[in-house]
Amino acid sequence: MLEYRIDRHSGVATYVQIVQQTKQALRLGHLEPGDKLPTAREVVEATAINPNTVLKAYRELEREGLVEARRGLGTFVRRGLGAAPADSPLNAELDGWTAKAREAGLDRDDVAALFTAVLDKHFPTQFPEQTAATQHSQGDPS
Amino acid sequence: MTDTALEAAALGKRFGRLRRSAGWALRDCSFALPAGRVCAVVGPNGAGKSTLLALAAGLLAPTEGTLSVLGEPVGQARARVGFVAQDKPLYPQLTVAETLRMGGDLNPGRWDARAAERIVAGGDLDPKARVRSLSGGQRTRVALALALGKRPELLLLDEPMADLDPLARHELMGVLMSQAAQHGTTIVMSSHVVAELEDSCDHLLLIGGGRVRLAGEIDALLETHARVSAAADTDLAPHTVVESRTTGRQLTALIRPAAPLPADWRPGTPSLEELVLSYLRNPEAQTTAPGTPAKSPEESAV
Repeated sequence: MLEYRIDRHSGVATYVQIVQQTKQALRLGHLEPGDKLPTAREVVEATAINPNTVLKAYRELEREGLVEARRGLGTFVRRGLGAAPADSPLNAELDGWTAKAREAGLDRDDVAALFTAVLDKHFPTQFPEQTAATQHSQGDPS
Repeated sequence: MTDTALEAAALGKRFGRLRRSAGWALRDCSFALPAGRVCAVVGPNGAGKSTLLALAAGLLAPTEGTLSVLGEPVGQARARVGFVAQDKPLYPQLTVAETLRMGGDLNPGRWDARAAERIVAGGDLDPKARVRSLSGGQRTRVALALALGKRPELLLLDEPMADLDPLARHELMGVLMSQAAQHGTTIVMSSHVVAELEDSCDHLLLIGGGRVRLAGEIDALLETHARVSAAADTDLAPHTVVESRTTGRQLTALIRPAAPLPADWRPGTPSLEELVLSYLRNPEAQTTAPGTPAKSPEESAV
């Protein structure tokens, strides 16, 4: 079962954190079509956040077609995301590359900087889900 | 169940009517709290938070105005209301187990013994321990178990977390949220620490100087305010200014925009704490119309 970790100092709205963590789990294959998301009650009991925040996140995921709410049963995954499950060959290659980088004496920040640079080169216009949070903090009332 | 958990109209409470020093603890309070919300009652010490909660619990009678609770005149809905006062009153000579049995005896037909026992068990309390021997935090736990065991439709909590360590605070807040998620319980809790309530509450009632300064959905309140910074000589009209400060050539302000803002004001959404502090620092700042649950035209665009 997916467990959400809420970071209250991240500056990212709490419901956006839930959306992002669900998508991350879908991308990595930790959540698959047919899987059930934790109920709002389970999430709030563990995180002490407001139930409406969880429902808002689930509605957002539903609107994007990723999950569906079945009355009286719960919220279920409709489709996965991306093509990078945790057991794919790509994962193994990246794992190998990262181990090599470490042997070569790169530290965590070096690896992250290198990876981000390559990522930006290949996906120049792709913005992560961060946009939702950024728009949120704009505060434009229109 | 009714749609409105709490509704106050021109509510006021004065203590010590005969003395010269007679003072209004609360005055001209009008607001409506929809059922099923988790509402933070926030304000500085002495603002009137405890008075408001005691009025809602039916332990104090209003001096003027009216207050309805779960659709009934205050006092008549008492069986459906749970209240934990700030000093967590319990019988010191009873044991924990006896206290819970008393809860069952006093609330026939409503009492949820398992829920109450689960809350007590979460704190490793010996059921045979006398309430007198418990620490402040443990007493809070017993008082909350008593209030939640009653399965109230409206739960009023006055500074519920003040005596708790961070671990117990998180756990009990989780219990409260789970109660709200499972039963749709309306929860009203006061605190003077905004950060403590920010993630758990979806509704705000800001009390200052015995008056309601701000009331409404937290998301809507944040969206209808903006933090801006601009050149010192900028005219902020026609927007409503809650607070503004000038440092050198720079003006920073918290405003309620009346129209789209120019991009070079670098508008941003304030945090709940910023919003609350701005209102409290500026007692004369214009507040939202009494009773308006912050439903403004801007909100419909969200």
